[in-house]
Order: sequence, then structure tokens, then C-alpha cells
Amino acid sequence: MARSVTQRRKIINTAAAWAIGLLIFFPILWTILTSFKTEAQAIADPPIFLGFDWTLENYGVVMERSNYMRFLWNSVIIAGGSTLLGTIIAVPAAWSMAFVPSKRTKDILLWMLSTKMLPAVGVLYPIYLIFIKMGLLDTKIALVVVLMLINLPIIVWMLYTYFKEIPGEILEAARMDGASLREEVLYVLTPMAIPGIASTILLNVILAWNEAFWTLNLTAAKAARLTAFIASYSSPEGLFYAKLSAASTMAIAPILILGWFSQKQLVSGLTFGAVK
Amino acid sequence: MSLKTALCAATALTVMGTTAAIAETITIATVNNGDMIRMQGLTDDFTAKTGHEVEWVTLEENVLRQRVTTDISAKGGSFDIMTIGMYETPIWAKNGWLVSLDDLPAEYDVDDILPAMRGGLSYEGTLYAAPFYGESSMIMYRTDLMEAAGMEMPDAPTWDFVADAARAMTDKDNEVYGICLRGKAGWGENMAFLTATSNAFGARWFDEDWKPQFDSDAWATTLNFYIDLMNEAGPPGASNNGFNENLSLFQQGKCGMWIDATVAASFVTNPNESTVADKVGFALAPDTGLGKRSNWLWAWALAIPAGTQKEAAAKEFIQWATSKEYIELVAENEGWANVPPGARTSLYENENYKEVPFAQMTLDSILSADPNNPTVDPVPYVGVQFAAIPEFAGIANQVGQEFSSALAGQQTAEEALAKAQALTADEMEAAGY
Repeated sequence: MARSVTQRRKIINTAAAWAIGLLIFFPILWTILTSFKTEAQAIADPPIFLGFDWTLENYGVVMERSNYMRFLWNSVIIAGGSTLLGTIIAVPAAWSMAFVPSKRTKDILLWMLSTKMLPAVGVLYPIYLIFIKMGLLDTKIALVVVLMLINLPIIVWMLYTYFKEIPGEILEAARMDGASLREEVLYVLTPMAIPGIASTILLNVILAWNEAFWTLNLTAAKAARLTAFIASYSSPEGLFYAKLSAASTMAIAPILILGWFSQKQLVSGLTFGAVK
Repeated sequence: MSLKTALCAATALTVMGTTAAIAETITIATVNNGDMIRMQGLTDDFTAKTGHEVEWVTLEENVLRQRVTTDISAKGGSFDIMTIGMYETPIWAKNGWLVSLDDLPAEYDVDDILPAMRGGLSYEGTLYAAPFYGESSMIMYRTDLMEAAGMEMPDAPTWDFVADAARAMTDKDNEVYGICLRGKAGWGENMAFLTATSNAFGARWFDEDWKPQFDSDAWATTLNFYIDLMNEAGPPGASNNGFNENLSLFQQGKCGMWIDATVAASFVTNPNESTVADKVGFALAPDTGLGKRSNWLWAWALAIPAGTQKEAAAKEFIQWATSKEYIELVAENEGWANVPPGARTSLYENENYKEVPFAQMTLDSILSADPNNPTVDPVPYVGVQFAAIPEFAGIANQVGQEFSSALAGQQTAEEALAKAQALTADEMEAAGY
């Protein structure tokens, strides 16, 4: 009896998990489906789910009109570059906060997080003027720096949480054995924190990949990346939903695939330290 | 000998320098509209003629507006040409942000530009942006539904006729609504339509002393007429409908009439997109007999930001893209129905273009709008569906919210107008009017 209840509960739980999963995934699925429709089918009422003539026409149009590879390359460089730079800065910062905290460490952590609460548009103009002066408008470097700064609080916070789980005694032992600070961080701490660092990097690549505000505002032709590529297919005067969907699918495909492959790593990293 | 060598070297350098100056790469910010996309596809012709390369930055209209405003006000120099409209041109020209276009060569034939367009894109008599295409608004209606209702659409109907026809065509059980109008809040959304409509009802935004006029009877009549009509003969959820939503409804046969941008004519008559392509008629936007019609006037134009390093190349591009030859180039490649409309007089004298079904109505609509004299009573501003002052967009966005919520039934027309009057008065006072 007890077993059948457990079985039923299991089925209900599984069904509920699938339902929620599908609900969350549905907008992406709908975008992908729409990208294979004609413009007329894309706006059909009632909406057509699967029974339409599949076409690759929209992808053809998008590839012909835009230099997709350039946008993709810029996205890879900017998302990768900003995450790498952020991690290099955040590892020592998180180390010091986790292992040699001062009286104000908690305050500093909170203050860092508070910068995330500032609406981005509030600092648009000052940053724009600085980049004009430095000649960095429409360059990949500008976006790498800005996105690194935006995501830095999250990187530091995440790494801090993971580092806190690592016993300080191990680092102490390394010091006793004569390891320098650099060796301690590089050869003792980092290998132990690899799952945490990996999931931090993955999450930040995703955040940097999807960022749109700064991309749209700081780039023109040269450093524009996939979020600007999507924006170029949006139109308030004309129904181009199928083409917009094709552009969106092409923009999210690389990060979606990366997410799928690294799912295990991502989930284990995010739940790391949840159970004590 | 050494002098000779030096001279040779100097000459060579000059020649190289000149060649380098000739071949430029210009960056153009533009919107994702059909005519602009066609222009991008034809850029090779420009490159072949001039040697200049073009980099395109295509953005959604509202994003573009914010992006280019940031860049030009900060003198960022990200773009050599910007696609802007009739609202921005006089304001930016006044700020000294744009290069004047008063030195275009004779063969460009600047006098061929439609006077309404030229007037709206000039500041103190000087042209600051060249119209790429122009648009007004007009009625697009279903000829079959009109016939079934036993009515005949005149070329220049009144609002009373339009309202009667809308009610007669409505068949809510079959999801056919007599009229589809904009309801989505925004200065370029419902306020473009309602401001143009209010002109026909004798209303105006400001009197000659810049005092807001939402407390006038004319505005009360306009808003009540619009809300009553939409409640009786409009589609459900109309307060969320903009151009695209109404286009979608019309193309699926759910609207009897739709009053919106003339550019929509090519969409609704395209059999690949529209289920009613062969049953669409056109008429001028309605009036109430006071001498002004409800149509707006807009132009997407190309302008050069002051301070660009590539002014000469940018001017060459503008001359190419807004020339008579460009129109012929598009006609050759894409057909006459796809040439950019509403910018040049000569286009409407072209025999081939006269065969395009909506050509004459588009021209008549454009000609019946006068940005310098938009209302029944005199006003201190320029612009048909807007007032060309920097504060307008912000104020109209807020007023648009009030009117949209009145359409949704969340407040009465009178409450919305009272709030609009108060907030406009506050903003104008703060702006120093």
C-alpha cells in the first residue's frame, strides 16, 4: 500500500516537473517553431502548432541580410573575455574575503551587490562620455570592460560562497609547507574550487551573452553582437515575426547548446554548499 | 635631383592621400522597415558608383531613436548618417546637431521634393534632412463588407459616415469588427492617431500662448467619439493594439476598416501575406467638415550629424539614396509598387507609378496634411500628429497612457482628459513655457 502511494507520488512529481519544465521552455520552443513558418502562418489566429509547411526561407533571408558570423564572433569574444577578466579579478578578491575577512567584509560584499540595483540607464551618459574620450565607442574592449564590471559582484559573491565551503586548514597546511600566496591560490585553492569556478564561469558567460542594453548603446557596426543582431529584426511597422524568430533562434542556439552540455556541471555548481 | 625626388614623393603622397579620402566607409543607422531593407540590398550600386563602402546599423524604431539621440547629444560620432523623422529634424537642427543640406547639386533637383516634406524637414527655411520616404495615414477598408452593408465609401468620407459604416459592418459573432484603430499607449502609437484625429474635430494641443487645451470641448468630443466607436465596433483588447496588431487583424479579415499609415497599403494588398488582398479599397482619412482631415504626415529622412569626419561621403550617399535615379533602380529590381513613396513630386507624374492602386490616395493624403498649419485654430507649433518641441514625446507618452486606460474602461474620457490637462500643464511649466 505504502509502496503504491510512493509510486503515485512519484508519477505526479514527474508529471509536475515535466509540466513546469515545458511551461518554462515553451517561449523558446514557440520561437523555434515560428522561425520555420511563413510570415502569414506566424500570425495565424488560432495559432498553428505543428501543422504548417516547414520552411527554411527565413533563415535564408537572415543569412543573406546580415553577417551572422561577425555578430557571433563578437558575442563569443565579448562574453568569453568579460568572464575571463572578471574571474581573474574575482578569485583573489573572493579569497581574501573568505579566508582573511576584515570587520567590513560583509559590508563590502553587500555594497558590491547594491551596484546591481542601480538602473543601467542611470550611468549610461557618463560611461558614454568616458568611452568617447578614450576612443572606445563601438569596440569589443569597451563591452568586455563594462560587462566585466557589471557581472563582477555576482562572480565575487558566487566564488566567495564556494570558497567559504573549503576548510581554511588546508590552505594553512599549504602555507606551512612553504607555499607562497600565489601558489596557495593557484595550486591549492583553485583546484579544490573547480566545480564552483566552472559554474560561476558558465553562469556569467550566459549573463554576458544575453546582455542587450550596453550592447545596443555602446556599439554601432564593428562591435555589435548577437543581441544587436536580434534587435535589427524587430519592427513596429511590419509583421516580420518569422524572420525575427529565425534571428532569435540563431542567437540563442550556441548558448542553449552550451547550457545543455554543461547542465550537470551548472546544476551541481549552483547547488554546491546548499546542504551543510 | 633631390628636389625632384622630393617633389615626386610629395605628388605620390598627395595622390595616395586623395585616393584614401575618396574611398570611405560610412556608418548608417536606420530602422527595420521594408524600404530601408531594400536600400541595404542595393548598396552595391552606390559602392560601384562612388567607391565608398557602407556599414549598416539596423535597429527597432524606438531603440534607434534613443540610440541616435544619445550619440548626437554626446557628440559620439558613431554614425555618419542617421535615419530620423519629422519630429527630430527641426529640434536637432535648432540645437546645431545637423549638417545643413542647402548645397546639394542642381541635378539632385531639390525642388522636386514634395513641399510638405521639405517644409517638415527644414528649420528656418534650410533643409536639414532629405526624405527617403514619406507617409500619411488613410482609410483602408474591405470592399466586400462595405458592399454587404449596403454602403459606398466616398473618396473623402466624414467621421459620421465612418462610424455608421463601422457599426453596420460589425459582426462580433463572426469576429468581424467594423473598425480597427490604434489604442496602445505612446507618442508614436495612439497619440499619433488621436492627435491627428483631434485636428479634424477642431482640437489642438496648445493655444498660441502654449496653454494646454485638453479641457476644451473639442478634445472631449474627440475622445468620447473614439471610445464610443471602439466600444461598439472595435476589436476586443483594442487598448493594446498598435500598427502590427491591427495589420494582423486586417490581414486575417477581422477588420472592416483600418485607419493607419499609408505604408500599410502594400502589406494588406500583398496576396502572400493578406487573406483579403483583393478586397481592399482606400479613402482619405475622415473629417468633420471643419476643414482639417484626420491624417498625419511623417517622413523617414536621412541626416548627417554635425562633426562627422566623413561629411562629403555621407552627402554623396544621401544624394544617391534620395535621388530620382534611386527610385528607378528600385523599380527595375523590385517593381514600381515597392519604390519608396511620398518623397518626390516626379514619382507621382510617372505613368508606371500611376498604375499602382494606392499611389494616388497616398499622394492625396500627403498633400492634404500641412505641418505648418495643422489645426482649425492657430497653434504655435509645427507638426500634424505631434508638436515639434523636445518636451512633446515625454508628455505625449503620459497622455497616451491616460487615453489608453480610458479606452480600456479603467477611467472615463473626462477623467483621462483632466489628468492629461494637469500633467501637460505641469510639464510645460517646468520646461519654462
